[in-house]
Amino acid sequence: MNAPMKPVHRTLPRYSATFDPHTISEIQRAAATGIYDIRGGGAKRKVPHFDDLLFLGASISRYPLEGYREKCGTDVVLGSRFAKKPIRLKIPVTIAGMSFGSLSGQAKEALGRGASLAGTSTTTGDGGMTEEERGHSSILVYQYLPSRYGMNPKDLRRADAIEIVIGQGAKPGGGGMLLGQKISPRVAKMRTLPEGIDQRSACRHPDWTGPDDLEIKIEELREITDWEKPIYVKIGASRPYYDTALAVKSGADVVVLDGMQGGTAATQEVFIENVGLPILAAIAPAVRALQDLGMHRKVQLIVSGGIRSGADVAKALALGADAVSIGSAALIALGDNDPALEAEYQKLGTTAGAYDDWHEGLDPAGITTQNPELAARLDPVLAGRRLANYLAVLTLEAQTIARACGKSHVHNLEPEDLVALTMEAAAMARVPLAGTSWIPGQTGL
Amino acid sequence: MPSFDLAAAPLRDLNQALHALPETTNETHWVIDNPGGKHAIACGLDAPITVEVNGHVGYYCGGMNARATIRVSGNAGVGVGENMMSGEIRISGDASQAAGATAHGGLLVIDGNASARCGISMKGVDIVVKGSIGPMSAFMAQAGNLVVLGDAGEALGDSIYEAKLFVRGSVASLGADCIEKPLGPEEIEALEGVLAKAGLEDVAASDFRFYGSARGLYHFHVDNADAY
Amino acid sequence: MCGIVGLFLKGPKHEGELGSLLSGMLEVMSDRGPDSAGFAVYGAGSGGSIKLTLRGTDAARLRQVIASLGEALGESLAPVFHDTHAVVVVKDGQLADARAFLATQDAVSLVGAGERMELYKEVGLPGDVAGRFGLAAMSGTHGIGHTRMATESAVTTRGAHPFSTGTDQCLVHNGSLSNHASLRRMLSREGIGFATDNDSEVAAGYLTWKMREGSTLSEALEEGLDDLDGFYTFVVGTEKGFAVLRDPISCKPAVMAETEDYVAFGSEYRALAGLPGIETARVFEPEPATVYVWERP
Repeated sequence: MNAPMKPVHRTLPRYSATFDPHTISEIQRAAATGIYDIRGGGAKRKVPHFDDLLFLGASISRYPLEGYREKCGTDVVLGSRFAKKPIRLKIPVTIAGMSFGSLSGQAKEALGRGASLAGTSTTTGDGGMTEEERGHSSILVYQYLPSRYGMNPKDLRRADAIEIVIGQGAKPGGGGMLLGQKISPRVAKMRTLPEGIDQRSACRHPDWTGPDDLEIKIEELREITDWEKPIYVKIGASRPYYDTALAVKSGADVVVLDGMQGGTAATQEVFIENVGLPILAAIAPAVRALQDLGMHRKVQLIVSGGIRSGADVAKALALGADAVSIGSAALIALGDNDPALEAEYQKLGTTAGAYDDWHEGLDPAGITTQNPELAARLDPVLAGRRLANYLAVLTLEAQTIARACGKSHVHNLEPEDLVALTMEAAAMARVPLAGTSWIPGQTGL
Repeated sequence: MPSFDLAAAPLRDLNQALHALPETTNETHWVIDNPGGKHAIACGLDAPITVEVNGHVGYYCGGMNARATIRVSGNAGVGVGENMMSGEIRISGDASQAAGATAHGGLLVIDGNASARCGISMKGVDIVVKGSIGPMSAFMAQAGNLVVLGDAGEALGDSIYEAKLFVRGSVASLGADCIEKPLGPEEIEALEGVLAKAGLEDVAASDFRFYGSARGLYHFHVDNADAY
Repeated sequence: MCGIVGLFLKGPKHEGELGSLLSGMLEVMSDRGPDSAGFAVYGAGSGGSIKLTLRGTDAARLRQVIASLGEALGESLAPVFHDTHAVVVVKDGQLADARAFLATQDAVSLVGAGERMELYKEVGLPGDVAGRFGLAAMSGTHGIGHTRMATESAVTTRGAHPFSTGTDQCLVHNGSLSNHASLRRMLSREGIGFATDNDSEVAAGYLTWKMREGSTLSEALEEGLDDLDGFYTFVVGTEKGFAVLRDPISCKPAVMAETEDYVAFGSEYRALAGLPGIETARVFEPEPATVYVWERP
């Protein structure tokens, strides 16, 4: 007769905090393939962000404005320092640079349509300007990148502003890459590359390095465009005080500062997650640099990286930015990671909300692809409308908050309208911890 | 023949005047004196005119040139003819770094030497250097012809795509993914065409050696990782 | 991030014009570095004595400190004033005492010391700075100048180049070092003192340390290729020598001209365009990771 089984007291399986399931899967993937993981998007790890800031609404000591009736301005002028033709936007939200190549022609057209409806600008990317985006963007910023793919003086002159890209938040100090799947015949022709090869892009400009040479480069671009176009300088957030100051000294009209949450078409995951500053930590030093040079509001500051809501817009402006830029959020508004496509995301081994293999060109939403059948799924008119709607919501939300703080223009928001929920956010944004007058760590630049 | 003295009037006036020329202008031959190493001289031109510069120029002379012919009697600074689209630029002296960087078309002729990064990321231009070129030249060169009558410095053609490099003298070393290839009839024809455009009919194409891409970096392979 | 000029005369022919030639070269480089400027001139010297270049923006205070220094050393010092700077001559054996004394004085700093080197630097446009110090009237065997656009350290006179961390030694730099923080810690342990948080001063201190340990100027620069990371074009002066070194990538501009009379360095060719005999000089751009040294016997 068998003895009754004694119950076995086992603990639940326990994952290591250090070797968590994602880490283990990455080690296994690396061992199998011998190449680092590449993906699109921005940092996915949790970093201190605008969520940790709150506004102090008006009550007795300050008076709020009435919504719907009392005006709260949102317009912004960019590039008033040297350019004969500064950019005038209706809203303080612009569309960040994203290339044709990383995005489909339909997606670029949709971005142009949506931004134009909302009265704001779009931006080209690595690989040049397409007719779709020029034709459908009332205000178009032309990026000048290290690779100079598709760079030509005709497009330079038909742009409304020029953005010299030194870095981006997802990869400050890194170059670009676009894998063969996305180097379609049209992309290859625009970039003067053989079709289907892995494109390697440089991390430094081929004909200048450092601020002394940048000053000369800016002068050249101004001369070519007869001092008409605003010149932006875009930097990935890493040493924002110095980089902002040097961009200003080199003659920039506008500084674009991109935090680590900012997206990329295709970059090493290790780079995206481990290099650069969250935007929350980057704005205050950049603003201080502008103030130290007496150039705050004279050289405009556009910040980007993880802007999602009107609250984020208002917080960025309150910290001293003149405008914000959106990339990932704009793609989501077009239809990226739509739950309606869940079955297709499953086939790609992912799920709606987590899809980031933009570099593979298999996007079921037709946005980050060069496959004509997939790209044809995106209706540029409808997608543009969705983007315009989303931009309207961002603006309305920012106005709502600004009015509650008694501001007749969103640019009158100031750091003193904010408090922080955590010590980290207080130190990074340089606003007091809620309920105190304490701002930790004010000594840095 | 319009002339312009850069010691007497600002660069802005010169470039503005050159940009404003109508397509049918009769003012097709300009002479510029006292350039004094100034930057961005005659950049962004887009007219079938000839501009002669008497003296040394700074950075980015003839930058983004289209259709114009620019002749410099002197040395050129960094990035001469950068991103040129078409037309012709001739430098009687030496050129500094990044000559013809990212240029898409046209002809750049340097009578003296060109220093480092000559033809970096070139995208279709023809560059002829009668002297020697410095290190890291034709880095990531995508298309076009680089013709060097003298020697080439270290790491020629590193990470090159489909540009063609012709060197008559010695090559200090080749960069990653750049190899010597046989100088076949097709290359000789291309080379003779470039030499003729540069006015060097007396130079024998067969004296050159030809370098191009091994195409080993066109698709990532783990065993090439140390080349990245 | 800046403009650099340097001029080394191989013989006495142009020694009387050294200052005026260097001054012209420096002024041309103004737009590369509008924040501040500085230069070192290797002029006359006598064995057994050391020239101290002192800086103090308060003239009365500067005179007072020089008088106190004289008392401390038991000497009657005869300072020569150039704007905010003064040069005083002390005996060779008094250098350590003078350094120690000056380190305790507020509002006056020792910017350089050498048997033959005088070193001047100030905030302002390079042409103005050269004019205030009377560079054009100076003579000597070689000189180095710098115009600065500050990158990561402050726009102050202390952050201006040249940096001098050893007797008769000075260095100017265009570029940006990427490992200067750890080198600074190592050099501080080795007894090299730093007056600023500037990366270029670390390069100067590194060469001083190497030469103190017995390396020649040329060897010190060769060793620097292994130890200094980042982007740099250096021009270095010693009592008899003049050297140039660029990092292996060599992004920052550098042009040189050599004739039988001189060797000249400029960040751009236009800095050299006014030199005598430039039309027939050998003009070249120094190779990456290659040490160039010229020395007088």
